[in-house]
This record gives sequence, structure tokens and C-alpha cells, in this order.
Amino acid sequence: MAIWLTEKSRIIVQGITGSEGTKHTLRMLASGANVVGGVNPRKAGTTHEGLPVFATVAEAMEKTKADVSVIFVPPAFTAGAVKEAIDAEIPLAVVITEGVPIHDTTEFWAYATKKGNKTRIIGPNCPGIASPGASNAGIIPADITTPGRIGLVSKSGTLTYQLMYELRDFGFSTAVGIGGDPVIGTTHIDALQAFQDDPGTDAIVMIGEIGGDAEERAAAYIEKNVTKPVVAYVAGFTAPEGKTMGHAGAIVSGSAGTAQAKKEALEKVGVRVGKTPSETARLMREIMQNR
Amino acid sequence: MDLFEHQAKELFAAYGIPVPRGIVAHTVAEARAAAEQLTGRVVVKAQVKTGGRGKAGGVKVADDANDAEAKATAILGMDIKGHTVHKVLIEEASDIAEEYYFSFLLDRANRTFLAICSAAGGMDIEEVAHTAPEKVAKVPVNPIDGIDRARAREIAQAGGLPEKSLDGAAELIERLWAVFVDEDASLVEVNPMILAADGQVKALDGKVTLDANADFRQKEHEAYVDKAAEDPLEARAKEKHLNYVKLDGSVGIIGNGAGLVMSTLDVVAYAGEQFAGSPKPANFLDIGGGASAEVMANGLEIILSDPAVKSVFVNVFGGITACDAVADGIVSAFKLLGDRGEAVTRPLVVRLDGNNAALGREILQNAALPGVELVDTMDDAAKRAAELAAVGA
Repeated sequence: MAIWLTEKSRIIVQGITGSEGTKHTLRMLASGANVVGGVNPRKAGTTHEGLPVFATVAEAMEKTKADVSVIFVPPAFTAGAVKEAIDAEIPLAVVITEGVPIHDTTEFWAYATKKGNKTRIIGPNCPGIASPGASNAGIIPADITTPGRIGLVSKSGTLTYQLMYELRDFGFSTAVGIGGDPVIGTTHIDALQAFQDDPGTDAIVMIGEIGGDAEERAAAYIEKNVTKPVVAYVAGFTAPEGKTMGHAGAIVSGSAGTAQAKKEALEKVGVRVGKTPSETARLMREIMQNR
Repeated sequence: MDLFEHQAKELFAAYGIPVPRGIVAHTVAEARAAAEQLTGRVVVKAQVKTGGRGKAGGVKVADDANDAEAKATAILGMDIKGHTVHKVLIEEASDIAEEYYFSFLLDRANRTFLAICSAAGGMDIEEVAHTAPEKVAKVPVNPIDGIDRARAREIAQAGGLPEKSLDGAAELIERLWAVFVDEDASLVEVNPMILAADGQVKALDGKVTLDANADFRQKEHEAYVDKAAEDPLEARAKEKHLNYVKLDGSVGIIGNGAGLVMSTLDVVAYAGEQFAGSPKPANFLDIGGGASAEVMANGLEIILSDPAVKSVFVNVFGGITACDAVADGIVSAFKLLGDRGEAVTRPLVVRLDGNNAALGREILQNAALPGVELVDTMDDAAKRAAELAAVGA
């Protein structure tokens, strides 16, 4: 079992003909994901890497029964691509693109809300979602872990890979990289809720970063709604104030949003927080061994 | 990127927002000339990208040009929360009848924009928000609907502004929204927004944060970059498209992915606590997904040109990037730097994990580069890098 992405998922790629789109389409196919086509209005009717290219998301869905779109278009065109996916009411849109202006993300989120949130949006600026052994939508390397019963939700890409790799002997139901931007579609809370409800997930790893208060809100949610064990890691304890560290969201200004505040909020509701990624993996290992 | 007050006000003026007349001065002589040109009472305002400058003594009223010269002498060169004052804004003094607060900003939690408005403006707005939150209106703004004059008036009203100020405030707020959207800002703040004695509503201060992700469609924003204040290493890294932030420790850090590198900083800082002088990270450097030899060479070059660096920790998890490519990158980087006459003499601790890690380690072992050590885990590698920095110090 998995959340949001299963072996039945049928994936299309918006921006399939670009260099990133092409590279990762091939990687997804190689990992066994069911990629069924792509979208590029200027190349509609052609095939790319053996897959049909359609003019619009709606047409691609009609012809291929796709239910997941992975978006690789450049930042300037991302809002348009996401709105097209929303209009087509595709159930899941995974926005990999990094560097999307904050006004664009906020606008497409408002658009999604206005249209009744029929499309789950993951990202932007995220590695995507992988359900090992079942499917893979995005750029998470498929071969670093195995199928299993741990769920993972993370703001950071490489830390996701690190934990998936360290816990590869137990394996994962699904790993979701929600992205580190200030405004994102799917949140820690959305993923926690889905993992709590998923019979195929026994325990949850949550990875956070300095900036914002998403981890604090997730802690409040866990206290009320999550009975499965949760282990967390927060990056950025020693990051200096007022400096942006790569992720637009990972900026500390003032006291709120610090790693320490997040750690305390999580520990207060019984979440064990690792000091390093490896210690976090050890904490999860203990939980899985004692089941 | 944060703008200086004078830049924010120039931007406001371009959008038709009333601001006091002002002139930027970099020297005492320029400050005097500016005051003479403006005539009458002026305000000498330190231009620094931090709050609390009024309380720090960085804003002074001057009665005439002589006085402005004296005040500028005191303020120029002053240190305000670690920011040196390199320029002042000389501005005509305003007759203030009332002070308000207004801002547009991003509300991360609700994934929308927010207008904040209060009749209780001035220096202590944060205190007001804390002790009397009912005096501070927080109004969500849907980015699709935006702000028109009528909506702007409602927000001013919600903030408790008096009837006599509503029309002026509404016009100012509507124009600030245009600044916020058209300039791709994540914050525009006016504190205080004033009602002048002549009945006009004006922006007496201005704070603007621009979204760097929008640089591709805001070409003119490059002119706002404060080249003088940029760390020279950060500036060089930027030219090479490297995501580098200078810190004040002695362990150079290279990694792939922002989260992993941030985590590396933490792990190195913890490990450093057990060694003499508690070595800390010297920088943040994310080489991203494609760690080619050139990127690795450029990264190493930047890090090694920091004299404070005593050891370097290369921490890579091979996800998309394969570790053999990273190892090749390190080998080529050593050769490249050697050819440039900048042979690497400081120790390098390398941890490779994930995709093709065994192959990567083999390449480095065979290359037998001087001072390069392979360590299996991130925690142990961080410890070794900190230890080497302590020994090298």
C-alpha cells in the first residue's frame, strides 16, 4: 500500500521534451513507473522517447487515462502549466520546477482553491513522490531503497534520499518531497494525515527545515490526530539569522521559525527528534525493530 | 533582496505614492549640500537594511544645514546591529498629525497574501501587535482578486483609521498593491504611513523585499544589488553560479542539496564542540544536482581562497548525481587547481554515499590525492573534518 501514488498510477510529463523532462522521464520509465505520455503544445502529435506528446493536459488525460502529471517546465511557465493541470482536474500534479516566483505559486494555489482543490499539488521546488516498488513521479532515485512500511515526508530532497537509503533494509510505503518553498501545495499535515490513514504505513519520518511554522503546526496536528509513531529531523540549527540557505523558505528572521523552536514543539507532543540524519534513522530503526 | 529605504521610496514615487523629498548622501559634505538644497528642517536617516535604527540613534532631526552636517557626522560610519552606515537619506521634515502602520506580505501558513493595517503606527507597532492585537487589522488578500480602491478603503477602515484619512490612505494602499505585484515583492511595509498637517497621507518610511525567483522578469532589479556590502567570496561564487554563503568558521563545506548542506553545517558544528577551539563551518556551498568537475573545481577554489578554512568536508549523497562523477570531479579539480598554481594543501574529508558510492570511493583511493581522506558516514566524516580544522588552527 502507499499514499497518492500506486502501481496503478498513470503518469504524464508536462515539459517532456525539455532536457530535464526527457532525462527524468527516462529515469521514471527505467524505475518501472507507468509513464504514458507528455504535453507540449508545440510538439503535439509527435512522439518523444516512444511516448505520445499531446497539446494539453486534458487531451492527454482523455487519450491515456492519466491521473498524475509531473511538471518540469521552466519557472516562467510553471504557473500556467499548473493552472492547466487544475483545469483538467487531474488528481495529482507534482511540480518539480525550482525557482518559481512567490507571486506565481500563491496565484496558482488561489486558483486551485477557487476550483475546489480537485487536484492535489505537490511542490513546487520538490523532488516529487515515490512509492518504492509501485511507482515514481519526479526525480527521487528509485534504486536507493526498497518497498516497506515507513512513510516519509520532507521539505528537503537530498535529506529524503539520505533517510530512504539509511533505512533501506526496512523500506518505505511512500516518500513525499513537499519542497522547501515558502508556499507549497501539499503540506506536512496533509502527508501525516494520509500516512495515518494508510494501512500500509506503520511509522512516519518527518523532515523539516528552518523557516516558517509548518513543523510547529504539524506538531499540533500530530498531538490530536496521529497515533502512529513519528520520528523527526530538522535541519538548520546552526544557520545564521537573516541568511537564505538555498531554499527560499529556509531563512531565519527573528526568533520564530528556528530549528530549536521546531524541535521543542515536536518533542512536546512525543515526537522523537534526531540530532543528525543518522541518529534519526537509528530512532526509526528502534521503532521498527520493536514492532 | 531587501531594499534600502531610499530605494523603496524611489520605487514608491514611481508608482505615484507621496513620499517626502529626499536626497541620498554618502559623505558629510554631500549631506550638507543636500540639506542646503532642501532648505529648512531636515531629517538625517541612516540607510541600513535592519530595523530599530531609530532607537539606535540612526535617525535625527536637523534644524539647518550646519546641524545636518553635525548629525550626518555622527551617523555616517555608525554600527547598527552589525550594519555599518555608509549613506544617509536627507529628507525634508514632515509635519506629522498622525502615524499609522501598513504592509502587504506573504502569509505562509495560509498560502495567501495579507494586508496589515493599524491606526497605532510608529516605532512600537510590534509591541502594539503583542499587547493590543485588536488594534492591528490582518486582512487576507486573494492574489486573483487583488486590491481596488474600495477594498483598500475597507482595509484602512478595519485598521481603525479616522474618516479624514480614509481617501488618502485608500489611494496609497491601492498603489502599494501595484508595487507589491508588479515588482514581485514578498513584503512592502510603510511605518509610519502618516497624515501630514496639510491633510495628505504619505509614506514616511519604506521597506521592500523583492523575490529573487522573479529576477528573470525583473531585469531592472539588478541595479538594487548592494555590491559594496557583498562579501567578495559570495560575489565571486555568484558569478560562477554557485550557491555559497560565507560563515565565520574554519571547516569548509561542500555538499549537494540545500537541506543536506544545512544539515552538514549542524553536524559539523556539533562535532566541533569536542575539539580545541570548537571549529565551526566556514561556509554553506550547495553544488546542486550535477557535480561536474568544473563545478567541483570552482567550489573548491572559492572555499580554499578563504584563509580561515583549515579543512574541507565534501559531503555528497548520490541521488541523481552519481558518486563516481563526484569523485572524478574531485580528481579533476585537484589537477585544475594544480595547473593554475593553486595546489590544494589543506586536508579534504570526503563522504560519498548512495548512487555508485563504491565506484566513487575506488576512484579516489586509486587517485591517492594528497590530504584526501575517505570516511564512511556523515557523522564520522564531520568529526574528522572538525578534528583536522582544530589541528590546523
